[in-house]
Amino acid sequence: MTFLPSSLRQPSALPGFGLALGFTLAALSLIVLIPLAALVLHAASIGPADFFKTASDPRTLAALRLSFGTALIAALINTVFGLLIAWVLVRYRFPGRRIIDAAVDLPFALPTAVAGIAMAAIYAPNGPIGSIAQSFGLKIAYTPLGIGVALVFIGLPFVVRTVQPVLEEVESDVEEASALLGASRLRTVFQVVLPHVYPALLTGFALAFARGVGEYGSVIFIAGNIPLVSEIAPLLIVIKLEEFDYGGATVIATLMLAISFATLFLINAVQGWSRTKYGNV
Amino acid sequence: MAMSDRFLPLAHTPERATSETALTRAVLIAIALLFLAAVLFLPLVTVFMEALRKGWGTLFESFSDPDTLAAVRLTLIVAAIAVPFNAIVGLAASWAIAKFEFKGKNLLLTLIDLPFSISPVISGLVFVLLFGAQGWLGPWLVAHDIQIIFAVPGIVLATVLVTFPFVARELIPLMQSQGTSEEEAALMLGASGWYTFLHVTLPNVKWALLYGVLLCNARAMGEFGAVSVVSGHIRGLTNTMPLHIEILYNEYNFVGAFAVASLLACLALLTLLAKSLLEWRFSDELAATARRH
Repeated sequence: MTFLPSSLRQPSALPGFGLALGFTLAALSLIVLIPLAALVLHAASIGPADFFKTASDPRTLAALRLSFGTALIAALINTVFGLLIAWVLVRYRFPGRRIIDAAVDLPFALPTAVAGIAMAAIYAPNGPIGSIAQSFGLKIAYTPLGIGVALVFIGLPFVVRTVQPVLEEVESDVEEASALLGASRLRTVFQVVLPHVYPALLTGFALAFARGVGEYGSVIFIAGNIPLVSEIAPLLIVIKLEEFDYGGATVIATLMLAISFATLFLINAVQGWSRTKYGNV
Repeated sequence: MAMSDRFLPLAHTPERATSETALTRAVLIAIALLFLAAVLFLPLVTVFMEALRKGWGTLFESFSDPDTLAAVRLTLIVAAIAVPFNAIVGLAASWAIAKFEFKGKNLLLTLIDLPFSISPVISGLVFVLLFGAQGWLGPWLVAHDIQIIFAVPGIVLATVLVTFPFVARELIPLMQSQGTSEEEAALMLGASGWYTFLHVTLPNVKWALLYGVLLCNARAMGEFGAVSVVSGHIRGLTNTMPLHIEILYNEYNFVGAFAVASLLACLALLTLLAKSLLEWRFSDELAATARRH
């Protein structure tokens, strides 16, 4: 039954450790680790010249710039409105609050393709919002703006759900102290309450950003998918695969993963720095 | 706030110093509700409106299309394999991680969460690189006449990968907070390991398990990107419901596309309802309500 040498695990009275860990590791390896290793190995087997050729292709660069750029802007919008929604849901009481609270998770539950065709219908030039925008000379669907709209939908619950529990735990006595000491409400909110929430807000931003970079289903219907203009990186992977260009698909996938993990690493580092500065909140 | 205080007579209902003025509150609530209406509710309402654009008759007609029925069937089959598999892995992983102390636990947790930080398209791509015609195992599979990519096994594999963390993530924090004393008591009283797991551990986490299964199922039935890469889009054979939506939409059969979409939207609403009921009724027995994600 002992799966690991005793130096690696502490003794326990419970049985089944070897079976549970062994089964978990087997499933994890077969489903997640070996397939991902195949990607890394495939990328490594492409010569540096070929790798660089795909990586520096203007179409690849445009797709990566578009995916990361729109995900960044959408995550920033979600950070602002996600904080506002979390604040309203935690602090205020109004009719229908619990239903609204439950509905925030809709983007987690609604399949991306469903959201995608619905948003394409809404923001298309003949749709309810698209036609209004059109009369102002603004085109939303089939432009990078449409991609941003889809990514705002997809990323919103990440920010709200990360900020909400932290906001609930901010003690009211710090606010009372601040008010008693003569600070205005605005100053209390921005200098006393919100600093507690900033680490969670950053986490929510990172989650929404990471999800937005990789998002495919909700974007392709509204994006228009014009090469160099509104073609996202995941779609370019799909196109390369349809052309049986496994190498090209692998290069783009590797670049996406590398940039994503570098960004998350950076955000984690900022997180660690803010923890030492503000304490573990 | 400070301003208005100064001008209000003392008899006026005192504004609490730790809240905003009624006006600020109303404005903030209005902005939040407007944003949610535009971003969340409008797409949901649009799905049903577009599906009913040509009346109930056309809607029901779209459901009787054999290709649509085949897509519904395939989606149910894939979820029926992927969800129980991930539930069992989730139970095994949470038993090992929550009930024992061992080195490398944090690394294992990170690896279990890994599918969440990967684009669904990449989750499909990795299986094409392994099992596709030009993949690592491709020649061997062709020689033995086994088809994984552009067939049901590939769709199942991609779905399992994408939904891998859902159940484990719900169970691990809850089982960690419950500790091991109840299991130790059962074992001391002479219960076997399996008996203890089935009669002590499982009842303690049943609602969290259901919660994880709900979310896992919603994603399994709705997955698009990963499945799209490995499916091959063969009508009636390798088309799941989300993929069928894409085909109908690209053929300008909007009512048909939104009809299938409305089925999936109903599933999403049911999922949200069941999830909220669990959160309201059994919040103590869920890790999710503490973490809210």
